[in-house]
This record gives sequence, C-alpha cells and structure tokens, in this order.
Amino acid sequence: MTTTIFFTIVSLTILGSILALILYFVAQKFKVVEDPRIDDVETLLPGANCGGCGFAGCRAYAEACVKAESLDALFCPVGGNEVMKSVASYLGMAVAEKTPQIAVVRCNGNCDSRPKTNHYDGYSSCAVMSSLYSGDTACSYGCLGQGDCVVVCNFNAIFMDPRTGLPEVDEDKCTACGACVKACPKFIIELRNKGVKNRRIYVSCVNKDKGGVARKACFVACTGCTKCQKVCPFDAITITNNLAYIDYNKCKLCRKCVSECPTRAIWEVNFPVRVPRKAESITVEQK
Amino acid sequence: MSRTFSIGGIHPHDFKISANAAIEDFPLVDIAYIPVSQHLGAPAEPVVAKGDKVQTGQLIAKASGFISANIHSSVSGSVLSIEMLPDLSGNLIQHIVIKVEGDEWVESIDTSSDIVRDIKLESKEIIAKIAEAGIVGLGGAAFPTHIKLSPPPNKKAEYLIINGAECEPYLTSDYRLMVESPEQILIGTKIMMKALGVKKSYVGIEENKPAAIKKMKSIAAKGYKEIKIVSLKKRYPQGGEKQLIDAIVHREVPSMGLPIDTGVVVHNVGTALAVYEAVQKNKPLIDGVVTVTGKCMSEQRNFRLRVGTTFDRIMFAIGGFPKDAVKLINGGPMMGKAVSRMEAASVKSTSALLLLTEDETKRGEEGNCIRCSKCVYACPMGLEPYLLNRLSRAGRVEDLELNAVHDCIECGCCFYSCPAHIPLLDTIRLSKAQVLRIIRSRPKK
Amino acid sequence: MKKLIVSPAPHIHGKESTRGLMRDVIIALSPSLLVSIYFFGFSAIKLAFVGAITCVLVEYAIQKYIIKAKPSIKDYSAALTGLLLALNLPPNSPWWIVFIGSLVAIGIAKMSFGGLGQNLFNPALVGRVFLLISFPVIMTDWTTPVSWFREGIDASSGATALSIVKEGLSKGMTMDQIFAEHNFSYAEMLFSKIGGSVGEVSALALLVGLVYLLIRRVIRPHIPLSILGSIAVLSGVFWLLNPDHNPDPIFTLLTGGILMGSIFMATDYVTSPMSTKGMVIYGIGIGVLTVLIRNFGAYPEGISFAILIMNATVPLLNNFFKPVRFGKEVRNG
Repeated sequence: MTTTIFFTIVSLTILGSILALILYFVAQKFKVVEDPRIDDVETLLPGANCGGCGFAGCRAYAEACVKAESLDALFCPVGGNEVMKSVASYLGMAVAEKTPQIAVVRCNGNCDSRPKTNHYDGYSSCAVMSSLYSGDTACSYGCLGQGDCVVVCNFNAIFMDPRTGLPEVDEDKCTACGACVKACPKFIIELRNKGVKNRRIYVSCVNKDKGGVARKACFVACTGCTKCQKVCPFDAITITNNLAYIDYNKCKLCRKCVSECPTRAIWEVNFPVRVPRKAESITVEQK
Repeated sequence: MSRTFSIGGIHPHDFKISANAAIEDFPLVDIAYIPVSQHLGAPAEPVVAKGDKVQTGQLIAKASGFISANIHSSVSGSVLSIEMLPDLSGNLIQHIVIKVEGDEWVESIDTSSDIVRDIKLESKEIIAKIAEAGIVGLGGAAFPTHIKLSPPPNKKAEYLIINGAECEPYLTSDYRLMVESPEQILIGTKIMMKALGVKKSYVGIEENKPAAIKKMKSIAAKGYKEIKIVSLKKRYPQGGEKQLIDAIVHREVPSMGLPIDTGVVVHNVGTALAVYEAVQKNKPLIDGVVTVTGKCMSEQRNFRLRVGTTFDRIMFAIGGFPKDAVKLINGGPMMGKAVSRMEAASVKSTSALLLLTEDETKRGEEGNCIRCSKCVYACPMGLEPYLLNRLSRAGRVEDLELNAVHDCIECGCCFYSCPAHIPLLDTIRLSKAQVLRIIRSRPKK
Repeated sequence: MKKLIVSPAPHIHGKESTRGLMRDVIIALSPSLLVSIYFFGFSAIKLAFVGAITCVLVEYAIQKYIIKAKPSIKDYSAALTGLLLALNLPPNSPWWIVFIGSLVAIGIAKMSFGGLGQNLFNPALVGRVFLLISFPVIMTDWTTPVSWFREGIDASSGATALSIVKEGLSKGMTMDQIFAEHNFSYAEMLFSKIGGSVGEVSALALLVGLVYLLIRRVIRPHIPLSILGSIAVLSGVFWLLNPDHNPDPIFTLLTGGILMGSIFMATDYVTSPMSTKGMVIYGIGIGVLTVLIRNFGAYPEGISFAILIMNATVPLLNNFFKPVRFGKEVRNG
C-alpha cells in the first residue's frame, strides 16, 4: 500500500517537473518582447474597449500612445482630459486639453409631428431599412427609429424613448466615443461640445428638402427660413441646402434663435425654464 | 428533356393567374411623370425646358456618361416642370412632368402592326440605334442594353441567350409577349445576334408556359433555325442570369465575373422585343407590358403601359386599391421592391405590379436558427446563408468576404425556405453591399 | 389612403416552420410508439408522457425564471427531446429515471448552451448516456413488463439480443451456438425484438418513420444511409474475417438501437453538419465508431457514444466541408 502511494507521488512529481521544464523552455523560446510601458498605460485607460479612439481596443491604443511622438492625434474620448493627462505625464509628453463633447440626436420628428406614411416590416435595423428605402415617414432624412445607435453603444448611454420613437442620450453616461455617429445611416447624430453647465443649443433637424416639402412631412422640420440666421448676433448659424446649422464653437448660448424658430426645430437643453411665450400649437418636450 | 441549373433553388407555387389576360393598351394619362434615372448608371440630362411642346417618342433627356441611357417622352403635350419627386422608395429623383395633350407621335416612328423582317443595318449601326432608343434590360436590373451588346475587345461572345424563364411567381408579362408577338421577339433576337456577331442563340422558357414554348418553337422552325427554343424545368431562380447560363450551356460564370466571361450574353424577351421595335420600327423604349395581378383582385390584367404613369393612376384603372391588399410590389414576389409611395411613376423596367394580402406576405415570427441547413440547400450560389447571417450580425466583414457574401444574387431562396423565419437576406444584402464596396475600393492588380 | 407595408424582398415565404418540422418528427416516431404501447402497455405510455411533460416544463421554467428569455415551448422541440429520451429507455424503467434524464437533457445539454439551436450535443442522448452511466443496473434491465394487449412475453428475458451475444462471445461460444440457444430470427427482430428499449421494438416501425421523414423532406437521406452503410460494410468485414466470433451485418443493423440512432438521433438538425459532404463524413464516423465500440469496447451497444463523439466534431466539419460554391472553380468546357 505504502509503496503504491510512494511510487505515485514520485512518478507524478517527475512527470510534473519534466512538463514544467518543457513549458518553461517553450515560453522562453517564443517570448514576445514588449515594451513594459504598454501594460502601464493600459492600466491608466478606462478599459471599455469601445473603439472611440479609432483603435481596436484599449491595448492597441496604449501601444499607439507608447510608440507615438506626440499625443495630439490620440485622444481617449471615454477617459477624457483626466486620463489623457495621466497618460501624458506617465509618458513624459504634453497633451492639449479638449472640450468635452456629447452625442446629440438631431431629429425631433416624433410620432405626432411626423406622421407615418407606411409600415416597415423587415429586420429591425436602421442600416437595412435605409438601404431599402427612404423611411416610413414622408421625411427622407429623419430618424428611422430602429435603434442601431442603441445597439452599438457600449455604455448604455442611448436608448429609444417609447413616447417619441426617437433615441435619447443619457448625459451622464455618454462618453462621446462616436460609435452611434458612425452607426447612424442617416447621419443624424453629431458630437457637439457639452457646453457651459451642460447647456446646448442646436438645430434638431437634418432635413434638406425645400421648406414646404419638409414642413409637409414633419411639423417640426427646419424649413431653412433663415430667421435664426438673421437674429444670431454671433454669426454662428449657417444655412446650406435649406438647413440651418449652429456652429457650437461660435454659439454663445444667447437663445435668441430658439424663440425665433417658427417650427421649433431649434432646441435648447438644460436652460432654466423661461416664461412660456405666446400660444404656439406645437409643444416640444424637453429634458 | 427540360434543362435546369445545378445547385440550390426552390419550388414556390407559380400562381400565373393573369396568364390568360390579353395585353390591353392602358388609357392615356393626364399628366406623365418621367424620371430621368430609369436605368443603372448616371441619370440622363434633360434636354427640354419648362413650357416646351414634346411629341410621343421625342428625346427629352440625353444619356450622360458611359453607363447611362436616353429617355424619350412617352406622351405628347407640354412640359409642366422639371422637379425632384420621390421614386417608389421615396428617394428624390429628377422628373420631367408632362401635361398630356392628344397623342401625337414623332413622324419617323412606324406605328403600324406590320412585321418588318429584313435586317438592313450593320452591327455598329444596330448598337448605335439601340443606344439612341434608350433601351435598358427589362429583366429587372435595367442595365443599358447597348453596353451589354458591345463586349470589351478581349472577350468574344459565343452565344446569345434570351431569357423567357419568368421564374418568379405571378408574373406573366414575358409570357404574354411570347404568345402575342413571338415573331417580333425572334427578329429582335436575330438583330442582337447580328450586333454581337454570334452564330447561335437560345430562348429559355420554363415548362409551366407550354403555349409559349409551342408558339415560339413553331415560328422558330419557319425561318429562325439558328435560334433554339429550350424548355426549362420550373424552378426558382431559373431566370437568374448565372443560373440560366448554367442551365442552357452548362457554363459557370466565375465569382465576381460577368456572363461575357463565359462567352454568353443574356437578354430578356422584353428587351428583344424593344430591340425589334427600335431597329425595325424606329420606336424608342417608351412603354412596356406590365402585369397587374394579385389573388385579392377580381380581375387580372396585362397592360401595355407608357413610362411615367403613376401607381395611383394604375390602381384607379383597375377599380381602386383592393381592400384586402396591404402591399404593392413593383416586380415579382421574390425579388420585387415594395412600393412606399403611390405617387411614384412607372419606369421602363416595370414589369409587374403585384398586390399581396397580409396573409400572403406576412413574415413569421423570428425564431432560433435550428441549423436545419435548408438555406444551404436552397442557395443557388452554394453559399451558407445561416453563417453569413450570423457573421453579418456580428459585423465580421473579413469572414463575410471569405465566405463569399459578394456572390449572393439576392434571390431570396434562403429566407423563403427558413423554417425559423429568420430574415436571412435582409442582413446578407446589407453585408454584400458593404463587402462589395470594400472589394471595389481596393487597388486593382 | 391606406398605409402600405414595406419590407425587403422576398415578399412570400415557404410554409415550413420549426414547429411543423418538429411535429413531423413526432409523427414519424408515432409508429414506434404505438408498437411499444402494444408490447409494453401502460409502461410505455408512462415513460413517454413523463419524458415529454418534464422536458417541456423544465424548458419553460428555465426560460421564464433563469435566463428570462421568451418561452419557446410551443415549437415542440422540448416535447420531442422528452419523447426520444423515453423511447430510448428500457421498458421497465421507473418514472423518476426519465424525469432525471429529462432534467439533464434539457437543463444541462440544451438550455445551458443557450436553448434551441445552440447545443453542441444531442440533448436526448446526453440524458440517456447520463442515465446509463449513473444507473447502470436499471438501464440494462431489459425485463419486459406485462402489457394490456399481449400477455405472456417471456418475462425472464432480461437481456437484449446484443448483450446476449456479447456475453456469449465472452464465454467462448460461437455465433452459431448463441443463435441456436436463443432462437433468434431476423423476422422477429424486424417486427418485435427480444428485449430492447421502448422505441426499438420493431425495426419496421422505425423504417416507416424514416420513409415519412424523407417524403416530407424533413431530413435528407445522407446521414442515415451513410451510418447504416458504413456499419454494414465494417461489421461485414469483421464477420467475414471471423464469422464465429462476430455477428453478421444484418444482425448488427437490427440490434442495439442502430436504427433509432441513425434515423432519429444522428439526424437531429442542431447537432449534425450543414453540408452534404460533412453529413456523409459525420455518418461514416458514427458507423465506424459504433462498430469499434461494439467489437472492442465494454458496452454491448455503441451508437449513443458514437453519435455524441461525432457531435463534438460538427463545428469542425462545418468549417472544413463547405458546400460547392457556384463559380468558384469554373467548370467550363
């Protein structure tokens, strides 16, 4: 009995040692020499592997940071300025501060203001739908509402609002990684500066049709009437192809355009509630 | 014995319920909306302006670029406007809007019904005439015909195949053409053979159209010996270009290749008739036979319809939109496009309007893939749709290319045969477009 | 104006559904079930009933309370698993055996992989093999219970023909001696075998099921034929080499669940290959492994293990044996 145990122990020990030796030599032979700094940089990163930086994941980004001469072209949108500062100080490089951004959905054609003209009965994907036709409303630019942006978001920061049928961005969770911007086949979502106290003003419409056509398809469409452009004291608004666009770098958040817009296509976010203006048939829901 | 293609395919019920309705002329409309892009390639440039008087058959938009086609007025009257209007999928396209006043044809067009048998023109002249008449492939893709008839100099056409398979269920426009004007089709075929310089041609007809086969055979025997009428088994997608070549001359079009790579050119019977009319009668392509059918309709119709008639107007002509119908399809039920805008107008390649009820067209609830491999056996291109669908949903573009998603012909056999009702083709079609874009963006070797 | 429905092509769809396919397999099983009810009476009904109900309930419970997915019990797939498991048990099994087997089949072999279509191994077979290893005594007790319709089957025949042969061979008897001693006849095996699990009493009933499946195009003949063919060939070789110590091919095919396995178990969609080539190789693999296990292994029958082993190779087979692509290798002449 004891001999059995003895032989078992001895033979297993010898076997184990031999295998360990083999493993050791194989590991030595096929060792990949890597800059140890890559590991350190990786620990500094958020580890979301979202691809917002343009690389395959955090590790690839860390590798790029270590190899790069300067960090100017490399920015981790998720980590933001803080993470970039720590990466820069670790690598002994300088980094320019970037204004924090957020994803903005530029369509406000909800079920009431933009009536459906047909039923879509295909695979629930904006990409499939937009490759098939212009959409289930008369507006061929607006949100298709199938939620491709929701699917690609790694941070649960965007969700479909069941009341409006439009995607809604969660300000606290959004990291401005840009995944939804790329996913949207109608190019509705844009990264805009977060703004002072999170206050933003933007044109919530991307319809390039002529005023009448746009208005017929959607009550709250931008008709390109140029009223906002005229009233803007900072030249922040440009109108191309019957569509107004507010340059977030020039906009000083004066809110003049908001009250001027006849279709209420210009939205203000996170401003204090103001005294309601004269009776306007359309009420716009705001956060 | 009937021939057929080698792999895949399905056998949907054919529902050729409109087969016995003779072709009737559609009444003249009040206003015609003629899109300037009715073909694959660059849109044509309008050559008329607001207020101009036009005659039926007059050139109103000129081809721009190499792959493009002329557009002629299908009515006579005055141009109301040239504006952006939605096509059947809601995309804005330039339309020439013409108010119809009478029906005055351009003088050079021979509108008599006499059959002109002599082919006087030479190859080059024929192709020029076809290009002039703005003829496009009427099988669905609307590829300009004159380009297909002038293959690149390093490739030689050996056979011409005329596609009369009409394998899609419901459609009967090609069948009516073969029954009502068989000789014109054969003359059109001969003209195209002369243009291509080929000695032999085939007309492939599925065996569920015995009257067409009989009629075509009897006329071909009388003086068109070089044209062979081939009977094909009833099987979808027999009318697919690649499948038809496989079935008739047993050649395989290589992956990413064109039919001309195997020495074959394929044209539709409708195109053959249009070629006859253009070359022998000087008539440009301004109308076509359109089947208006559906089980929910009391009367099945085959119309000779002028280009630019709105779908609304067609529905009015058949007595209003049927109550039970929920879907209007431009084309056949397997590959046709669902119409989202009734105000859109018919184009040259419109061959059928199909009305389906909710029961017929309902998509089943999507379930889990049970790996039954029915899609694999249905795929006529030998692909694995279940795998492509999974890869597509995971966004694995490289694997999709390895599994040849770009070979998909979008015939819909996989989705048709899926017992779990997985919308296989929806995702595969998207990935195909994506992969093709990547392949084409690569530098050529 | 009515709102039109817009969707990508194709706009019409085939009549087949997952539910319909599963129902067809259950219909194909029904001849075997009827025959076994005739022979075993209440015992067969009890096993089939407990198996089907347990599987359905377990699947429903897991989907509803654990993985929070939409319950899919309406597709009959769980009921089919339960039925298959019950038909592969000895007729005298207690009800709790099939209950435990169903728990393992659905809970471990199917749902833990993600449910229908995701499992690597055939759930019914996993359940059966689990029982075979855990309760070897019950699982090899082939005592025939008393039937309502047919009394007086020899209640003492406590072994299948296959285990009798295996035992006899190990005692040094020749095939002829064994056959003479036990009065085996092929006709009897075809219609009412001596001992065996619930579903495989009658080879004929199973073959009727096969024909039904083929006519309804539920399965394609490649897998069953390649299994049966390779078993016949390989066991034939062994038999010719030594006819005294190896059973002949017909005996091999008719015993030990070969028909049940090749028609209903190996052809399970989820766990079999997708391409024709893959199917044939999978079938041959099962056949070869079965004969090897029978002739050299400890168990008298081997097809359960053979199928499970080949199940594990299916992802590889799918990867290596793709269907012939149109236009990939051009065959113009």
